[in-house]
Amino acid sequence: MLRALLGRWRSSLRLLQPAHVGAERAKISVARLDHEYANKVVALQNVDLNVRSGEFVCLLGPSGCGKSTLLYALAGHVVPTGGSVSIDRQPIHGPGPDRLLMFQEAALFPWLTVRGNITFALAARGVPRAERRERADTYIQRVQLGGFEDALPHQLSGGMKMRASLARALAVDPAVLLMDEPFGSLDAQTRIHMQELLQSIWVRTGKTVVFVTHDVHEALMLGTRVVLMAPRPGRVVRDLEVHLPMPRQPEDVALNEMVRHVGGLLREVEGRAHTRSLQPAPTRAPARPVLRPQVIPGP
Amino acid sequence: MKHHAQKLLVVALLIGLWELVARMGVWSPHLLPRPLTVAQSLVAMVTDGRLVGAAGRSLGRLLRAYLMSVALGVPLGLLISRIPFFRNAVKPVVMGLQALPSICWLPLALLWFGLTDGAILFVVVMGSVLGIAIATEDSVNGVDPQLTRVASTLGVRGLRFQFGVLLPAALPGIVTGLKLGWSFAWRALLAGELLFVSGGLGQLLTVGRELMDVPQVMAVMVAIVIIGTAVDRVLFQTVEVRLRRRWGLTATT
Repeated sequence: MLRALLGRWRSSLRLLQPAHVGAERAKISVARLDHEYANKVVALQNVDLNVRSGEFVCLLGPSGCGKSTLLYALAGHVVPTGGSVSIDRQPIHGPGPDRLLMFQEAALFPWLTVRGNITFALAARGVPRAERRERADTYIQRVQLGGFEDALPHQLSGGMKMRASLARALAVDPAVLLMDEPFGSLDAQTRIHMQELLQSIWVRTGKTVVFVTHDVHEALMLGTRVVLMAPRPGRVVRDLEVHLPMPRQPEDVALNEMVRHVGGLLREVEGRAHTRSLQPAPTRAPARPVLRPQVIPGP
Repeated sequence: MKHHAQKLLVVALLIGLWELVARMGVWSPHLLPRPLTVAQSLVAMVTDGRLVGAAGRSLGRLLRAYLMSVALGVPLGLLISRIPFFRNAVKPVVMGLQALPSICWLPLALLWFGLTDGAILFVVVMGSVLGIAIATEDSVNGVDPQLTRVASTLGVRGLRFQFGVLLPAALPGIVTGLKLGWSFAWRALLAGELLFVSGGLGQLLTVGRELMDVPQVMAVMVAIVIIGTAVDRVLFQTVEVRLRRRWGLTATT
C-alpha cells in the first residue's frame, strides 16, 4: 500500500521536473520584477521568469498571487514599479504587435460579424485588404466555427464566442499569446473542449503561450511548464516542467496523478500564506486583497 | 395584438368621456366642442390644404434646424468626452445653458435675426443641440472598457479606433440622444411658431385662438400629437430597435 503510494508519488515527480531556463536562451525574460499598486498592495515581489520560444507556460496560483499582474506586465498594459521585462532581449514599452492579450471575456466587437471582427483586427495590423478575408476564413475553420462567418457575436454561445475570439487572436499571428483565464467563464464541458482545441492548435503552430489559470487540471492539461505562484506578496514558488506527451487526454491517469500532487503543493502554499497573514506581519506585506490589475486605457 | 386593443380602448374611453362632458353642456359648445366637430374641422383643414401646408412648413423648418443640431451636437459631445479641456471647461457651460428653457432664447433671437425663419431655427437649435451633445458624451463615456482594452491589445488606434471602435460602441446611446434631441426640437419649434407670424402649425393655433375657433385649435393639437408620435414611433423607434438588435443589446427571439 505504502509502496504503491510512494511509486505514484515518484512517477508524478518524474513527469514534473524543476525547470532551469537561463536568460540567454529565453524569448521572454522577466528579471527581478516588482510591482506595487498605488494602494501599497505588493502584487509582485522579485519575480524571475524565463520563457523559451514555443513553450506553453501556465501561471498557476490562488487569487491575489499576482499572476494576472505578471501577465499584464508582459502585455505592456501594466508598467511594473521595479525590475525588467524583455522580449527577444528588447525591453518592452507598452503593448506591441508581437504580443496579444486574450481576456476572460471573448470581447468581440458586437456590431461586427465573426469574420468582420477578424478582418478589422487584421486591418489594424496592416494586412493588405485582399488577404484579410481569406486569412479570416482560414482561422474560422481552424477553430471549427465554419458556417458562422456572418453570425453576430450575440447570436453565438459562450464557447463559440471564445472560439471566435481565439480565431481573431491567432489570425493576427502574434509571436507571443498571453491568455488571462480565457476559459474561466465557460461551463465544464465547453472548457474541456476549448482546452483540447487550443492544444491541437498549439501543437500545430508552436506559438509561445503564457496562460494564467487557477485551475490545476487546466494548467497540467495544457502547459509544457507550470509556474506556481503564491500570494502576499505575489511571488514564484515552483517552476516545473511537465513531461507528458501531447495531445493530452483530460482523463489521463498520469495527468490526474500530477493534478493531485500539484494541488497538494498549491494548498501548502495557500496554507502558509494564510498563517503568515494571521501573524502580526513582520514584513511590509499587507494582507489586503489584491485588486485586478488596472489597465492603461487605449489610445 | 392585445396591447393594441388596450391602447385603442383607452383612447375610445377618453373620447367617450369628452363626448359625455360636452353633451352635459357645462361649458358652451363654442369653448368645448364635441369630438365629431373637431374631427370635421380636422378633415376640413386637411382637404383645403391649410393643415398640410402648415405642417410641411413646420417640418421643413424642423428638419433644417435638427440637422444643424446633430451636425453641431454630436461632434461637441465627442470633443467633451475625449478632450480634457472640453470636459473641464466646456461641459459646465453646456450643462448650465441646458438649464435655460429654449424659448427663452426667442427674444434674443428676434433682436438678432428679426421676424425671420432664422430666429425660429436659432431657438430650435439652441433647444436640442445641448441635449444631443450631453447624450453623446454620456454614451461615449459609457463604452464598455473591455472593448477599449481589446482594441489596444489588437493595436487599433488613432482614427481607426475613434471611428471603428468608439463611435459604433457608443452608437445605440447616441441614437437615444438623437431621439431625445428631436423631441426637444419639436417642442422648441412649436413654442417659437406660436409667438409670431410664421405660417406653421403654431400659427394655425394662434389664428384659431384669434378667431375663437376652438374646433380648429383642438384639431391642430390633434394633428401635432399625430405628427410627433408618428416621427417618434416610425423613424426613431425603428432605427433604435434595429440597432439594439444588431448590437445584441436586446434579447432576440
